[in-house]
Amino acid sequence: AMDTDLSSQDRKDLDKFIKFFALKTVQVIVQARLGEKICTRSSSSPTGSDWFNLAIKDIPEVTHEAKKALAGQLPAVGRSMCVEISLKTSEGDSMELEIWCLEMNEKCDKEIKVSYTVYNRLSLLLKSLLAITRVTPAYRLSRKQGHEYVILYRIYFGEVQLSGLGEGFQTVRVGTVGTPVGTITLSCAYRINLAFMSTRQFERTPPIMGIIIDHFVDRPYPSSSPMHPCNYRAGEDNGAVYPSVEDSQEVCTTSFSTSPPSQCVFTVTKAHFQTPPPVVTDTLKVPVMGLAFSHQLSSSRLSYQPAALGVGSADMGYPVLFAGGLNAAHPHQLIGPGKEGGVPPIPSQPAHGTQADQERMCTPLDGVHYSAATPSSSEDTETVSNSSEGKCGSPHDLLETIFIRKVGAFVNKPINQVTMANLDIPFAMFAPKNVELEDNDTMVNPPDSPETESPLQGSLHSEGSSGSSTGNTHDDFVMVDFKPAFSKDDILPMDLGTFYREFQNPPQLSSLSIDIGAQSMAEDLDSLPEKLAVHEKNVKEFDAFVETLQ
Amino acid sequence: PPGAAPAMNCRAEVLEVSVEGRQVEEAMLAVLHTILLHRSTGKFHYKKEGTYSIGTVGTQDVDCDFIDFAYVRVSSEELDRALRKAVGEFKDALRNSGSDGMGQISLEFYQKKKSRWPFSDECIPWELWTIKVNVVNLANEQERQICREKVGEKLCEKIINIVEVMNRHEYLPKMPTQSEVDNVFDTSLKDVQPYLYKISYQITDSLGTSVTTTMRRLIKDTLAL
Repeated sequence: AMDTDLSSQDRKDLDKFIKFFALKTVQVIVQARLGEKICTRSSSSPTGSDWFNLAIKDIPEVTHEAKKALAGQLPAVGRSMCVEISLKTSEGDSMELEIWCLEMNEKCDKEIKVSYTVYNRLSLLLKSLLAITRVTPAYRLSRKQGHEYVILYRIYFGEVQLSGLGEGFQTVRVGTVGTPVGTITLSCAYRINLAFMSTRQFERTPPIMGIIIDHFVDRPYPSSSPMHPCNYRAGEDNGAVYPSVEDSQEVCTTSFSTSPPSQCVFTVTKAHFQTPPPVVTDTLKVPVMGLAFSHQLSSSRLSYQPAALGVGSADMGYPVLFAGGLNAAHPHQLIGPGKEGGVPPIPSQPAHGTQADQERMCTPLDGVHYSAATPSSSEDTETVSNSSEGKCGSPHDLLETIFIRKVGAFVNKPINQVTMANLDIPFAMFAPKNVELEDNDTMVNPPDSPETESPLQGSLHSEGSSGSSTGNTHDDFVMVDFKPAFSKDDILPMDLGTFYREFQNPPQLSSLSIDIGAQSMAEDLDSLPEKLAVHEKNVKEFDAFVETLQ
Repeated sequence: PPGAAPAMNCRAEVLEVSVEGRQVEEAMLAVLHTILLHRSTGKFHYKKEGTYSIGTVGTQDVDCDFIDFAYVRVSSEELDRALRKAVGEFKDALRNSGSDGMGQISLEFYQKKKSRWPFSDECIPWELWTIKVNVVNLANEQERQICREKVGEKLCEKIINIVEVMNRHEYLPKMPTQSEVDNVFDTSLKDVQPYLYKISYQITDSLGTSVTTTMRRLIKDTLAL
């Protein structure tokens, strides 16, 4: 479109606004997925480097990635900037959670004042983005990352690709700002069907637990930009100030005039500050996952099976998963993917007979399904329960205790495999684990992991569990209590399971017992002569009796 | 003085939430802070020739204790204190009223229009947010756990609603000159500058009529005549 109405200065300003708006958008999104609370200070005196009058820090690597993706271009019609947020489990499965789209459409607002109204509305839009990034499901997921999974981001420019979000994804609009060259729109499409990918389009990467790894290796996707973990530390300890702004050394100091509007004074000054060299990226890829996992491994004899993605079916054994104290209200439900918003009832072996004391399954607290859907189905809420042993606390605790079992809880019997037909479970963390009794799996017996000494890892580990009471994340065994369904402690002195086991094999009647029968026959034979003698003595009485009957 | 009736050009938005008693404060703060995040700017610094520069607004995440929810608020302790004070009074009034636990809290943005003596300044509202609250009583811990999550989900919807309204880019007061700034903005805080606002609340009795109307002015009006 011809921009004859737009002065060249306005055009330059507008381009600059859009560019820095795009960069700040990426910062807000990625920082909202770091897994920690963000806090910036208000300052009454403008510092000259706070675009849009908002204190949004600039993580250098993120800026670097965003600029790389943009490659000097600006969002325009058909050329959108997308920030893809995905989740990657310890086993290498990944899943797209959200796509944030910054797009431009053709609807122009020629009348609007660039350096005043557009600027302020972009500021408002960033505030909306701050608010909205906390209300999509991925936020809560990202606050609990670090042990079983990490959250990754990827920036790309061009056409929006939403196919990786699964079916039924939802969209939330953050806002729009009209400009003389088009309308900027910012929105988010997010997956609601968690833990189940209908298409098998993820990359296989080797599992990253079982060994201490020094860096989180990302395989670049063949035709797309590499993923990056959202949570990282730029090498400094907490509370440090991020390095200064972008390396273009351009800041925007806006002065506004109140009357009349046409006399807007807009100055751009070059700030004279040092830009630190870009931080080397591989120090930013931190072994959060490997650290936490190896610790868990050494303490709890976890068994992992790399999910057979598309290579044969994943046979799922009975899960030996319990969180101490949870009542299994639905013993035949597996923690598994499938149904949005809930746990699918999967037919399993009937639990009786000798299998009665085998493993049971429990459904997780509803909180674990924070990711699945915003409206969790009512049937799931029944599973939330307390026992006298105490509630399994936050969903975060549950997610960890899922992988912890008491040594010796194995029953030394062949375990019936429940094959979940046609249900490959790539996200094993959400599904029961295959139980391997043989210790041929190096995952089960990893080499001893050294205690972490790196302050980076140490601080990560302690900070990794934010937002919930996870002081016991690296604690070890959880007492596993077999709690059959519907068992109540206060009615019978014993629980239903014990009762059932004890009384399912009642003793036989003694008269039917062969041993006792044989014994009485011997007695009978011995007493026979004696009885005959008595009868002969009384023969006259017997005869008289018989006559009375005739 | 009774609450000002919305003027012709005042847009009004109504949000409704059902919460447990102990969730009232956090739910109200989440909504009010989200609105004020969008309705606060940095401090204005007027310079010569009628130009001004704007300070920087910081933000921070707040986790709720009784709701599975987190929100972003402006980094201003003064503003947070003012909101907590108002919400605390609302919560106490709800609890003490003996009603069925229904009430509403209102956040009104207004402009001051100076009048000539002997008339006092007019307060002209331009945006009114009303949050209707229904307090529920829960029987056991299981229900409370469900409520934590459900209320969290509801608040997510409210945030999205608020952002939708903000995005309409409807009427906002004109940016004021230095002499007029106190008619549009609350300049009493040291780090941020929200539009002039007042918070009021009403407790509804079981018949649905308003029993108590309490106006709390959180802005010091300069009305000493």
